[in-house]
Amino acid sequence: MKPVGWQAWLLTETPGGRAQARAGRWYRNLRRFARNPLAMSGLFVVLALIAVALAAPLLAPARAVVLQALPDRLLPPSLAHPFGTDELGRDLYARVVFGARITLSIVAMVALIVLPIGLGIGLPAGYFGGWIDLVLMRLTDIFLAFPRLILALAFAAALGPGIRNAVIAIALTAWPPYARLARAETLSLRAREFVLAAELQGASAWRILRTQILPLCLPSVIIRLTLDMAGIILTAAGLGFLGLGAQPPSPEWGAMVASGRDVLLDQWWVATIPGLAIFVVSLGFNLLGDGLREIFDPRAA
Amino acid sequence: MSEILLEVADLRVTYPGEGGDFAALRGIGFALGRERLGIVGESGSGKSTAGRAIMGLLPPSARVGAEVLRLGETDLRGLDEAGFRRLRGRRIGMVLQDPKYALNPLLRVGEQIAETHRTHLRQGRRAARQAALAMLESVHIRDPARVYRAFPHELSGGMGQRVMIAMMLIAGPEVLIADEPTSALDASVQRQVLAILDEQVRARGMGLLLISHNLHLVRAFCDRVLVMYAGRVVESCRASELAAARHPYTRGLLAALPDLAHRRARLPVLARDPDWLEPVR
Amino acid sequence: MDAAVAGLRRLLRLILSVAATFLGLTLVTFVIGRLIPIDPVLAVVGEHAAPSVYRAARARMGLDLPLSVQYLRYLRQILHGDFGTSVITGQPVLTDLLHVFPATVELSLAALLIGLGLGIPLGVLAATRRGGAIDQAVRLLSLFGYSMPVFWLGLIGLLVFYARLGWVAGPGRLDVGFEDMVPERSGLLLLDSALAGQWDVMANAAAHLLLPAAILGLLSLAFIARMTRSFMLGQLSQEYVLAARAKGLSRRRVVWVHGLRNIAVPLITVIALTFGSLLEGAVLTETVFAWPGLGLYMKNSLFNADMNAVIGGTILIGVVYIGLNLLTDLLYPLLDPRADTGARR
Ligand SMILES: Nc1ncnc2c1ncn2[C@@H]1O[C@H](COP(=O)(O)OP(=O)(O)OP(=O)(O)O)[C@@H](O)[C@H]1O
Ligand SMILES: [Mg+2]
Repeated sequence: MKPVGWQAWLLTETPGGRAQARAGRWYRNLRRFARNPLAMSGLFVVLALIAVALAAPLLAPARAVVLQALPDRLLPPSLAHPFGTDELGRDLYARVVFGARITLSIVAMVALIVLPIGLGIGLPAGYFGGWIDLVLMRLTDIFLAFPRLILALAFAAALGPGIRNAVIAIALTAWPPYARLARAETLSLRAREFVLAAELQGASAWRILRTQILPLCLPSVIIRLTLDMAGIILTAAGLGFLGLGAQPPSPEWGAMVASGRDVLLDQWWVATIPGLAIFVVSLGFNLLGDGLREIFDPRAA
Repeated sequence: MSEILLEVADLRVTYPGEGGDFAALRGIGFALGRERLGIVGESGSGKSTAGRAIMGLLPPSARVGAEVLRLGETDLRGLDEAGFRRLRGRRIGMVLQDPKYALNPLLRVGEQIAETHRTHLRQGRRAARQAALAMLESVHIRDPARVYRAFPHELSGGMGQRVMIAMMLIAGPEVLIADEPTSALDASVQRQVLAILDEQVRARGMGLLLISHNLHLVRAFCDRVLVMYAGRVVESCRASELAAARHPYTRGLLAALPDLAHRRARLPVLARDPDWLEPVR
Repeated sequence: MDAAVAGLRRLLRLILSVAATFLGLTLVTFVIGRLIPIDPVLAVVGEHAAPSVYRAARARMGLDLPLSVQYLRYLRQILHGDFGTSVITGQPVLTDLLHVFPATVELSLAALLIGLGLGIPLGVLAATRRGGAIDQAVRLLSLFGYSMPVFWLGLIGLLVFYARLGWVAGPGRLDVGFEDMVPERSGLLLLDSALAGQWDVMANAAAHLLLPAAILGLLSLAFIARMTRSFMLGQLSQEYVLAARAKGLSRRRVVWVHGLRNIAVPLITVIALTFGSLLEGAVLTETVFAWPGLGLYMKNSLFNADMNAVIGGTILIGVVYIGLNLLTDLLYPLLDPRADTGARR
């Protein structure tokens, strides 16, 4: 079947201009992505996470999250409690649904901290070179050689338990790869004509970094971030499991696994179901990131 | 040419590709005796594909068909991997372009030569080692014991290519395919390596298939020449009669050769004609 | 002569980078130590101490000195192996660490062996049969491994294989009845019990080790197999592979001898990374399996705000990391003859 109409326009071998060529490339990538069932299921999981987080109050009553009903302790899954209840008689379904909000907000906050730090170190290092580069990259290398999880634990322990501190602890140990990446991208952009042209017009270094280089660095940094999401989720859940992340009664999935641990042998669902949620969501991010990488960097696949 | 060592007729190779199949060889044929047969042609004309098809070394996706594909009395058509394995190194060898990449960087070169011996002759480590040392000596390496223990990166290009030749000849094959054996070498070293190839091939009474895109070299070195273009043999003649070649592509190639006797105002441009893609009778 | 100079420069650079990383590590842990909201002086003198007593205690603890001087003191203590005293055990932190570390090493080594023993062959097979069933399986397995919360998988493993099926022993390193039966030599129970000829202790220790080691091994396998596959794919397209086949070697020999030899070099880094992440992950796995190693020790310290112990453990793992990096750098030239001339491709 020959493509016709807008498809033909997008898929033409001889695009009429830059815009058409770029649109065509995006369209081709999109089609390749759509034909990859693993990547699509990853996308589905991530979208479902976002949807559940946004629509949580519609999917379950908010007060069920903390509502304790001791007579209903440790009920197995049933129609009234699809995922069963925990040791305080709280509905696990409602807690898992609202836990999606916590997971999503942790991921988003880590991203919001890591990006500025990574870019703030990588861009100047790549652009100015010389001793600035040397000092900043030496610093990055040192952080890269650290055991990240242990350092995050120590940070979290020192700052005190809680989601906010867990986020800070994760972000403080997660930025070095982004600095590396941003530096590499900047190095390749620094000598391009449009940057030189901006320099000739007398634009300040700060302005060039912000308006010329930053926008072009962002896509690869964001792909890398997608690939890291699963790791961030697992670390956050691990902190929660250890009691260093979200504090009770907050329905954080890792903490929920920890609380189900004591009743594991008789009431398996209390620990199993939140753990399954962690696994599915990080698998979703991994599948999505894997699919994205396959398109944007086929050699690494 | 008394005895035919290798015979090929109507050899075809297609690579499946995203935008349809690509015919890399569209029916080539030749016979090789105890002689030096050169194959020339531009990049992408299918020279390497031909050599690899004969050795059964094409990627699994490639489809190969031939009317005749015979090494001595052995029919190579439809031969399985185990069958080819017994022939490779033992009855037919292949020298590749750049010894820097064609030798395993982490193994001592002597061991790599001895490995061929051990694989085919099965006379044990010690015999293989002795044979490898003798082989190194016969390709004019002055200090075989030292070179035996060297790693590939410690050898010069010329030395590396001699090692490569030794590795491919130690089990005594009757045919050697040399795929651009001197293209990666300095001009002064090229002649030495060719001389060694020549000496070995003559002494052992072998047939040599020399693949090159250097018409000069092939004309000077070989007995006969095949000229390939786009997966076909467009010219086949004695090297000494090349000047009388009829095919326009060959004529074009000859005209493009630098000629020291006559300076030319401009370099001629090789013209191409779609008609050449049709089979020659 | 040139080679000697190059080698010396390499060594110098190595020493500098190790020193810089170590200083960075101590600096970060120093900062972490200052971040705690608890006032260490109050912890010593009590809430209601008179200001003069408080000031005296503060001076005695060196906390009135400039931060830079405090850091130098801290650095000197660490270099002397002095991490202070643990609040929980009342022992020097170093003594505690040396006591618990072997348990962690035993578990991590067992997991690493399982991961390597299965992961390398699987990765090689995935590369040689690209797109085949094994390749797909390795891919899925890696994605699962990268997504798996290890603490949860550990719990499920205990539930299924210990509680329901009874195939393995439960949490801990030994059944209560077997504890303290063999003299501690290396601290590795399998080894110590074998040395003492106590086979029943050894069998019990193995039964306890099996599940955590298998689960951690499975998760390491995900990374090892994937990296092996991609390294091997890189080698299989090299000319020397073609040449090796042209001289009549079997595919098997080309892949498992020639190819494997070449990927051994980058695999060293993968092995070091895996071992490092196993040590790190110990905090979670040892919590799940009640495995009395460094991870469990650190977890308990975290909970009791025993900062000396937390920082001591962090530095120990950091130092092991640095050591692993150093080891890979030193092993490279042994495995790759091109390394010392800088002629690596
Ligand atoms: N594995 C492959 N898959 C698809 N096409 C291939 C493959 N190998 C070779 N080709 C194509 O087959 C054609 C012939 O390639 P071949 O390597 O035989 O040329 P050649 O004459 O040896 O060229 P050169 O002088 O550059 O070595 C080329 O167009 C090449 O692109
Ligand atoms: Mg070629």
